[in-house]
This record gives sequence, structure tokens and C-alpha cells, in this order.
Amino acid sequence: MKSSNAKKRKHVSYTKWGYIFLIPFFLVYFIFSFIPMISTFYYSFFENYMSGLNVIGPKFVGFDNFVKLFTEADLLKYTENTLIMWVLGFVPQIAVSLLLAAWFTNTRLKLRCSGFFKTVIYMPNLIMASAFSMLFFTLFSNNGPINMLLMDAGIFKEPCHFMSITLGARSLIASMNFLMWFGNTTILLMAGMMGIDVALFEAAEVDGATSFQVFSKITMPLLKPIMAYVMITSLIGGLQMFDLPQILTNGKGGPDRTTMTLIMYLNNHLFSKNYGMAGALSVVIFIITGALSIVVFKLLTDQKEAR
Amino acid sequence: MKKQENSRNVGLSMKRIICYIVLIILSVACLIPFYMLFINATRAHVDIQRGFSVIPGKFLMTNISNVLNNSTILIVRGMINSLIISSLTVILSVYFSAMTAYAVHAYEFKLKNFVFNFILLIMTIPAQVSALGFIKEMNMMNLKDSFIPLIIPAIAAPACFFFMKQYMESSIPLEIVEAARIDGSNELHTFNWVIMPMMKPALAVQAIFGFVATWNNYFTPALILTSAEKKTLPLWIAYIRSADFTKFDMGQLYMMIAFSIFPVIIIYLILSKFIVQGVTLGGVKG
Repeated sequence: MKSSNAKKRKHVSYTKWGYIFLIPFFLVYFIFSFIPMISTFYYSFFENYMSGLNVIGPKFVGFDNFVKLFTEADLLKYTENTLIMWVLGFVPQIAVSLLLAAWFTNTRLKLRCSGFFKTVIYMPNLIMASAFSMLFFTLFSNNGPINMLLMDAGIFKEPCHFMSITLGARSLIASMNFLMWFGNTTILLMAGMMGIDVALFEAAEVDGATSFQVFSKITMPLLKPIMAYVMITSLIGGLQMFDLPQILTNGKGGPDRTTMTLIMYLNNHLFSKNYGMAGALSVVIFIITGALSIVVFKLLTDQKEAR
Repeated sequence: MKKQENSRNVGLSMKRIICYIVLIILSVACLIPFYMLFINATRAHVDIQRGFSVIPGKFLMTNISNVLNNSTILIVRGMINSLIISSLTVILSVYFSAMTAYAVHAYEFKLKNFVFNFILLIMTIPAQVSALGFIKEMNMMNLKDSFIPLIIPAIAAPACFFFMKQYMESSIPLEIVEAARIDGSNELHTFNWVIMPMMKPALAVQAIFGFVATWNNYFTPALILTSAEKKTLPLWIAYIRSADFTKFDMGQLYMMIAFSIFPVIIIYLILSKFIVQGVTLGGVKG
């Protein structure tokens, strides 16, 4: 009895250390993330903006900012822009990544230099997005090298104004996103594919399945959880799209605000000190990403239980 | 039977050729922007205006010295600032994330599951949604135009925590902690001198990713830093973009972009094997 008591006391004293080690994280989280988040929500209920040099408010206005946000057409337009550019980048990204991951993990193909290819396709992921965007801006500008090459080759007679056409500007942003993320997705999907039991593939081969059948009937269904994870984290990332369009269009979202994303909209409100609207917009983005985060959380915890 | 085998082999090598063609096209697409950047960074303004060339020019050193001597656009200052912020951020986030992960991994306490689930849940919530409150709070604390709001928050890095936790589950058996206790090591000492050395591979992977993420970060520094002496590299890139483009020496401009891109590429080429493995290990993109 006595010894078990001593044991218990010892156990309790270690418990204390568990909490002590958590202090730095939670203290910093509380000061630099939690309080800012709560106060952002709080500001969303106040009228507070700059009119010329005068500060208007802060005055409590209830849900007025939200009403204004949803009745002005901007929110819908910018959400649409963001999603269109995400889809334009994500569809080729997932298609190419699936193909490459299937090839890299295919034991019959035995591709050489796969290490080299993986190194190359992952590289753009680490590049500074703002510098990458600036690079694309100069390369694709009206008298930039791409236009010169295309004109020398006789494809265009006059320089193509890529960034003054909606489709051109959106495609440039989508292609940068594609280049930056398909290598990363390939590596994630490869990890998923290598986790599939080899016996399944062998059995399929014995049964005479074609490689397309193997891919659609075995690989794809078993890859579902990781596909869902890739897609939702990419969507969360897509909703945060900022650096690329901000630098490419100098913050204007041109042409005619068709490449203006949600975070660029938020950034504009923050810089013009339009705090009430910035708060309301933050709450909307929080609700959307929060809902998506719960899905990611479910996927991660399910995966853990399955193991 | 043999014929079938043969036709199968032909099919396989055909497929292999297609694979290589696709892979080469994609690799070229990934490399060509950087190749063009490199070429134009070595050429003079007039040559760049005249057209593109496949071979490098002779103005590499001129462009470099122009960038170094530019008194309005302080690229080198920006690099030093980025370097200071990224290094300190990495040290803090790696050390304290490991500490937080260790708390959840090695100790039994009531809120353990809650803490783990909570951090997992906030992992994918973007910092942008609290940006408004963040800048207001930093204004109130007199931390506007200071590096502190860009460095200290790194102590609470949920994605880094998650990675460390995953790694501990696979490679830190609790018997080691017990053994250290029997040897009379106190808990903090055990963490610093027994656990941390065992975490080296995970620490290195997270250090690389954390460094690159901070080095590339544009949104938060743009809200906090205002004076030219404090600006980081991405802010200078944004400044160049907003400046009058037609008055620029293009050779110098390409060199400035090169200054922000090539250091990362060089580090990547040295550590690439390690980094590509690291992506798989974590399964979470920063």
C-alpha cells in the first residue's frame, strides 16, 4: 500500500513536467494567435475605417459589416477568382502527379534517373513565391524574353499582352501554382502508393489485369484517403493564394480585378485601415478554412486509428 | 507464349520512352524559368532589350556590383534581415516544437489528448485570419517595424509540432526516458541531452523547411516592417514590382531576383536527397 502510494506520488511529479513543457507553446499561441484571432472577430462588429484623414468609429454596428460584405458583389467575385485559379492549377497538378507517382512506383517500368527527376520537379516548391512571380512578370512582359522568342519564331506578329487578358493572367498564376506544387503532390502520392500491399498487384497481374485496370480498380480506391488529404490541404492553400497574384499584378488583381483573391482583398482592407470590413472578411475566411480544417483533422485521426 | 512475352516487352519499352519524354518535358518546364533568369542576370540592359540569347553574357560581375552598390534598393540588407529572422525563427520553432511534442509523447496527463487534438485542429487555420488583431496588438505593444513579432510566434508552430510528434512515435521509445530517470537525470536535462540528440534527423528536416518558409514569407512582414533598413527580401521584390518598370536597368533587376532565388536553389541542390525524403516523412505541407 505504502509503496503504491509512493509510486503514485512519483507519477504525479512527472505529470507536472508534461504541463511545464507545454507552457512556451501555449503562452506564445495565446498572445500571438489566439488573442489576435478573438480581437479580429470582435472588430468585425464595429464600424471603423478611414475617410480621408479622419478615423470613423470604432462604433458598434452589429452585423452591418457582414451584411455589407455579402450585399456588395466583391466577395462573391473574389471567391470565384480564387477558386477558378485554384482549379486551373489543381486539376493538371493532381492528374500529372498521379501519373508520375504511378510511374515512379511501378516496379516493372524500372525508370532510371528517377532520383534526378524527383529532385528537379520538387525544386520550384522551395522558391520564394514573390520572386518567382516577379520572374514570370519580367519573362512574360510585353518586351520580355518569352514574347521575343515567340515573335522570332513567327508565332506572334505583335507581342502578346499576357497580363492584360483575363485568361492570360489567370493561366500564368495557375501555371506557377502548378509548377510549385506538382512535385510535392507527386512525392506525397508516391508515399501512399508504396504503402499499398504488393500482393494485390501481383494477384491482379496473375488474373491478367491491364495496367489501366490495376490503376483504376486497385490503386485509386486505396489511395482515396491520401487523395482527399492532398485535395483539401491544397484547397486550404488555394484559399490563401496571395504572393503570386499580388506581385504579378502589383496588388491590383488586374485585368479588371479578375485575379484579385480573397487574401488580396483582405490585405487591401488592412492597408487602407478599413478595419471593420477586414474583420468581417477574416471571420468569413476563418469559417470556410475552419470547416475544411475539421475534414483534414478527421482524415489524420482516422489514418492514425487505422494504423 | 514467347511472342506474347516479346510484344509485352516492346509495349513496356514504348511506355518507358513515353515516360521519359513526359518527365523531360516537365523537368524542362521546371528549369527553364531559372535558366532564363540566370542568362539575363549575366547580360547588359541593352542586350536584354534586343532579344533573348541562349548563352550567358559578360555582365555578371557588373550586375552584381550594381546590385551591391544600389543605395535605394537595399537587397543585401534585405538578405541579412531575412537571414537573421529565418535563423532565429528556425531555432525557436524547432526547439520548442520538439519540447511540446515531447510533453505529449512522454507524459501521461489529463489534457494530453485534448492538447494533441487542439494543435492538430489549429494546424491548418491560416495566420491571415488573425492578421487584423495581430497588427493592432503589435501596434499596442509598440512592436511595429520590429523583428520580434516575426520571430517569437515561431515558438508555437503546429505543423512542426505534428512532424516531431510523428517522429517521436517511431523512434523515441519511452524506456529511454525511464533509463535516464534511473540515472538521476532531471526532466529538462533528459529532454535537452538525451532526447534532442536522438531527434537530429527530424530537427534537420524541419529546420530546412522552416528556414525556407520564413525566408519566402511575404504577407506578415509586409504588414509589420515599414522602414527600408528592416525590410526583408520579399518586401524588396514587391518594391521593385511597384516601382516604375521602364526606368529600370533590366540586368540589375534580373540580378536582384537571382539574389532571392539562387541561394535557396544552391542549398536545395546540396541537401536535395534529404529534403525529398523529408516531404514523405511529414506528410504535411507547410
